Amino acid sequence: MPAAICELQRVAMHYDQQPLWQDLDLRIAPGQFVALVGPTGGGKSTLLKNILGLLPCTAGEVRLAERVTIGYVPQREGISWHFPVSVEQVVCMGRYRQTSWWPWASKEDRQHTAVLLQRLGLAAYAKRHINELSGGQQQRVFLARALIGKPQLLLLDEPTAGVDMKTQHEILHLLRELNGDGMTILLTTHDLNTIASHVPWVICFNRGIVAQGPPTAVLTPAILRQTYDADMTVMTQGETTFIANRSLVHRHAHARSPRHAPYPKAADGTPL
Amino acid sequence: MRAARVMRHTRKLRMELLFEPLQYHFFRHGLVVALLVGSLCGWLGVYIVLRQMSYIGHGLAHAVFGGAVTSSLLNLNVYIGAGIWGIMTVLLIDKVAARREINADAAIGIITTASFAAGVALMSRTRRFMRDFEATLFGNVLGVATHDLVIIGLVSVLAGVALIFLYKPLLFSTFDAEVAQVSGVPTRRIQLLFSCILALAILASMQVLGVTLVAAAVVIPAATARLLTSNFAAMLALSTLLGGATAFCGMYLSYYLDIASGASIVLLSALCFTAVMGYRHWRN
Repeated sequence: MPAAICELQRVAMHYDQQPLWQDLDLRIAPGQFVALVGPTGGGKSTLLKNILGLLPCTAGEVRLAERVTIGYVPQREGISWHFPVSVEQVVCMGRYRQTSWWPWASKEDRQHTAVLLQRLGLAAYAKRHINELSGGQQQRVFLARALIGKPQLLLLDEPTAGVDMKTQHEILHLLRELNGDGMTILLTTHDLNTIASHVPWVICFNRGIVAQGPPTAVLTPAILRQTYDADMTVMTQGETTFIANRSLVHRHAHARSPRHAPYPKAADGTPL
Repeated sequence: MRAARVMRHTRKLRMELLFEPLQYHFFRHGLVVALLVGSLCGWLGVYIVLRQMSYIGHGLAHAVFGGAVTSSLLNLNVYIGAGIWGIMTVLLIDKVAARREINADAAIGIITTASFAAGVALMSRTRRFMRDFEATLFGNVLGVATHDLVIIGLVSVLAGVALIFLYKPLLFSTFDAEVAQVSGVPTRRIQLLFSCILALAILASMQVLGVTLVAAAVVIPAATARLLTSNFAAMLALSTLLGGATAFCGMYLSYYLDIASGASIVLLSALCFTAVMGYRHWRN
């Protein structure tokens, strides 16, 4: 078994003296591409912050591989979109460890930034203010800031939230590419359908690990019910998996007019 | 012929208006100090406005006042006494705000107001200081001596140099403190250092601006600059220029209208802000 790039041993976390989780063990091997899924308030972002050292855990130990470089893409909602910075300035911030103390960007800083912006299709927007870009472009800017430090471990908090479906696929394809180059990736997401077809390892998390494994083994109605406390329907068509919240579907189905065609049903006969 | 004579006369009048106050020793000193602290406050204000922490300028100014009164009563040098007091206040705020249950704004509110109250209590016990401290509260250029000029100049240069070398970590931690920390920026130490520079800048501004008005001199130029640009470096330059220019012109206004220098600088600054707001509104 290769040495873990990140290992959590008997980790406990409390909030306002209430335990969020206790005795949590987690091991991420180098080169893994992992999605952390679970309900809002389940502690996914808190777990990422434990790993990053932004929130110290109350017990246990978070071990990172020696001299591992980490990149972090925070949630969109935490970003100050009216802050007066351009795309290139944001990306350049990620070179903090490599850059000089002088206030201006060095030639090397500018070169690295230009190469990365080109790779992510953002070269034309380098001088633009971050708020002038689309949601997908903004997400790529923050990904570029994390990537410019050449991280071995990349952590992303809800990278697919607030962007359209095409952009979600683009982001996940890009992450897949990076993972193919050897980067270890851990992301949190709400979007079960997208990760089911893009991420090879899924951890269902709700104040503790409910289950983990490949999407086909983990994204089952029983595990999802245990994770989300809601009935989910899982359908597989070829290599694609569809997941729908059954209670919502029921509600919509009841609200439909009888003039509409019968609502489609899953293979087991239950309404989608 | 007549028009040329009128123009010559107007130019002469303008020159007189500019040079007349400069014949006074106190005004020359006050003008240099106002220019230095106005620019410095404008520079620091950018970080304060962008961090949405305008309250810290107000709070630290009040805290420094407590230090000034105490050091005066103990016959200590006001700059050393109030400087140490200001830095201790910053450290105490940091310690209290580190607790998850208490936010930074509450910590600032408690510590700085208590410090100000200590100053007021001591001042009311010894009424002989009342007049001296009125100048500290509202600003008065009459008291700027040569040694004040040297100290304020030194503080301004040191703060300027520190801010140049802290440009990148300050920008990163102001924009996104969490990612900055992950990327290796010692965010807490940078914040502490910045607060100490702010406390010293406020101390330097005390005589010309007054502790009750210094917060406005910190916030208004930066807020005006933000309305004019979406570029960080340009905002820094504009805010520093605006801070210096309003302080310079405010000093003349104070001389000719015979009003407190702090009030004239802040009012002029507020007028600039209103004009820029009006211009933005008209353009949109």
